[in-house]
Amino acid sequence: MAKRPTPTEFIIERDEGKCIACQVCVRMCSNDAHSYDPETDTVTSDSTKCVGCHFCETICPTGAIIIKRNPSEFKLNANWSAQVIRNITKQAETSGVLLTGMGCDKPYPVYWDHIVLNASQVTNPSIDPLREPMELRTYIGRKPDRIELTAHSPQSTEKNKIPSAMDYRLLTKLSPQLKLETPILFSAMSYGSISLNACISLARAAKEIGTFYNTGEGGLHKDLYEYGAHTIVQVASGRFGVHREYLEAGAAIEIKIGQGAKPGIGGHLPGEKVSEEISQTRMIPVGTDALSPAPHHDIYSIEDLKQLIFALKEATRYSKPVGVKISAVHNVAPIASGIVRAGADFVAIDGLRGGTGAAPTVIRDNVGIPIELAIAAVDNRLREEGIRNQASLIAAGGIRSSSDVIKAIALGADAVYIGTAALVAMGCNLCQRCYTGKCNWGIATQDPYLTKRLNPDIGTRRLVNLLRAWSLEIKEMLGGMGINAIESLRGNREQLRGVGLSDTDLKLLGIKPAGEAW
Amino acid sequence: MDRFHEKDISGCGIIGIMEQSGKRFSGRDIITSIASMRERANGLGGGFAAYGIYPEFKRDWCFHMMFENKSAMVQTEEYIRDNYKIVKDEIIPTKEDKSIKYRPLLWRYFLQPKEEKKKLHYDITEEDFVAKTVIEINTRISGAFVASSGKNMGVFKGVGYPEDIGRFYRLEEYEAYIWTAHGRFPTNTVGWWGGAHPFGLLDWSVIHNGEISSYGINKRFLLNYGYVCAFFTDTEVITYLFDLLVRKHKLSFEVAADILTAPFWDDIERQSEEKREISQALRIIYGSALVNGPFSVIVANTNTMVGLNDRIKLRPLVAATSGNKLYIASEESAIREVCPTPDEVWMPKAGEPVIGRLKGKNG
Repeated sequence: MAKRPTPTEFIIERDEGKCIACQVCVRMCSNDAHSYDPETDTVTSDSTKCVGCHFCETICPTGAIIIKRNPSEFKLNANWSAQVIRNITKQAETSGVLLTGMGCDKPYPVYWDHIVLNASQVTNPSIDPLREPMELRTYIGRKPDRIELTAHSPQSTEKNKIPSAMDYRLLTKLSPQLKLETPILFSAMSYGSISLNACISLARAAKEIGTFYNTGEGGLHKDLYEYGAHTIVQVASGRFGVHREYLEAGAAIEIKIGQGAKPGIGGHLPGEKVSEEISQTRMIPVGTDALSPAPHHDIYSIEDLKQLIFALKEATRYSKPVGVKISAVHNVAPIASGIVRAGADFVAIDGLRGGTGAAPTVIRDNVGIPIELAIAAVDNRLREEGIRNQASLIAAGGIRSSSDVIKAIALGADAVYIGTAALVAMGCNLCQRCYTGKCNWGIATQDPYLTKRLNPDIGTRRLVNLLRAWSLEIKEMLGGMGINAIESLRGNREQLRGVGLSDTDLKLLGIKPAGEAW
Repeated sequence: MDRFHEKDISGCGIIGIMEQSGKRFSGRDIITSIASMRERANGLGGGFAAYGIYPEFKRDWCFHMMFENKSAMVQTEEYIRDNYKIVKDEIIPTKEDKSIKYRPLLWRYFLQPKEEKKKLHYDITEEDFVAKTVIEINTRISGAFVASSGKNMGVFKGVGYPEDIGRFYRLEEYEAYIWTAHGRFPTNTVGWWGGAHPFGLLDWSVIHNGEISSYGINKRFLLNYGYVCAFFTDTEVITYLFDLLVRKHKLSFEVAADILTAPFWDDIERQSEEKREISQALRIIYGSALVNGPFSVIVANTNTMVGLNDRIKLRPLVAATSGNKLYIASEESAIREVCPTPDEVWMPKAGEPVIGRLKGKNG
């Protein structure tokens, strides 16, 4: 039998009339898709090597390159698509588990696109955020059931003086809180899966905006300690890079149980990516694979999680929130409830469409549930149990726009994590080849030749721009609803309506169908 | 249309008059005053709350009932008799008014909870026991509605212009130290008698002009504390919020106002350190109790009458004093109608409560 090559996914089209053979594409492509022939002074391309990242297309000074999907088509078949045939062919060749990067790309229903927002008309004036205050500040952390104040202090006996909060003393000691100026955080992306320049961009942007980024399970590079006040440090099953200074450096600690892109399995950083710097940060030998186990081997049940939560709280003398990140699975609501009762100050829930640097395709595309349903279920459950105030909820996994953010918050999230959107802001075009370490954009790679393409100053600016733009849009939408503080939208599902959803979907999301009044 | 499943939205006129010395006065003034704001109502709802009207029964819980039919009354009486000793019950006296076309059967009961029934609920307070009864009747017995359930107070309301409702109930024959009145302009509910304002629960009464955009989360926040909102009205939510904050969490009205209409973060930044700490804690803990959207509201209980505006004052609210009398109203004209020369008239700032207290009591 003839050896079947894997069918080419993309075609590199070069307009010979425009190409000036400057060879920038040749030098830049980390997949060696372009080559220069000095004899003919021409540049040619090998489409079989193209991953579709569009980097060459972007930098070509004369616009000579266009990357297209391969128009060569198999016989049309609703069940056996080109993708299916391609995957089987690869596995027949290699006998391997198919890997991929980024979030699930299968066309599951995106509930965000079936939910619409409200706006004020007549009975309720809308508010113009450019003229009136509009507040997005959000606090992440455990809230007590009630406040305790002492009675009036002596000075309030002044005649005609209206006593207010000023005339009391606060007895309640609040648990540590994270203060966010906008309800958006950068999701966990480890140094290792992404470059140091990408990490620096995230850290600086978080600092500038007044929010947080998350180290993932990659430890904290020494250059990132200065951003500690805007860092959530993660403790994952591999415990890479976890030590006292690391825990103390962060503003909060997140125990990672699961990730939306790969619920139920651990992480894998190939040895090729473990450079000297990464080796030091993760505390593993250079060139060894960094394999994090599927479960935490000290957590086989909820009471073990409780011990880890409190071990971390003890280690940091109860000075910072400790949260838990789980992937959205069928039983997510009771699990989240258990996590809150185990003492977590926040619960991050990562949905089906959450991204990854590397995951088995079959897991990414088939395991877990959409974040919309998960967040609705968890918020409901915690309220029914009267413990919603005890922990904040962070929604993650496929948040693409400010409207996704605002809908997530109206469903019940306190804030959202964005990962993919942040990478796109830094240049990513979702070619889904993060696991190869050859990211031409300098994001998901450790190759110094590639990482220097991401200038952290520019990366920071683009991330800041994105968060500012989204925040402005959120304010516009809030104002339209006649609401001037984000906490009045949080869990306020009356402001949402479903379009084209089944009765069951509506019930699970806790929203009414469009057309139904209050 | 299901009256229990339509959220109430209305534009309205409101007024409250309190004699802070506790001296009682007739309902004539409040009727005159609310009549001057006829423009703000559309005849689909008017009502009054009065405190101090039943001094001879001041230790008994007084239920003002509305029955749509006889069987609702029979069922309700059976339920009440099971749980309470009926000290007295009588028809609520009314006077025919040609503008009031339809009216339910209006009855009032003076009640004492049966100790042995209360004990079935372990350590429940008497207030909670009564509140439970009210919610039970309102949600379970079709055609029966408890308009008010406090001591020495009552709510008189119905479908019509408020001044007609006032005359219908012969309010000029009652004497109270707090009177509040409401003229309603509902935009989305067919007027039904129970849906008129004030909303009453225990000795709370709430009248309200506005629409609460944060309703969805206020309702769910209350759920976290065991309150089930049964009527889908803004007034219900406001009542429960005050009940939670003032009665259960033992906060003053001033602090409750700092929660419901919290100061902006920018303003909090400028506060003294001590105050900032409290303001921050209040917003962090009670963020979901923030009431957003345009409203002016008058809340009363036995000892207190409070007027409150939304955070950016999107609905009108004026206050005035004359001797021991405190007036709070949608319009100054409504105050001057009955008190032409007040000692002081002012526009309360957004989110700044106007509080009237019975002298010698700490409300």
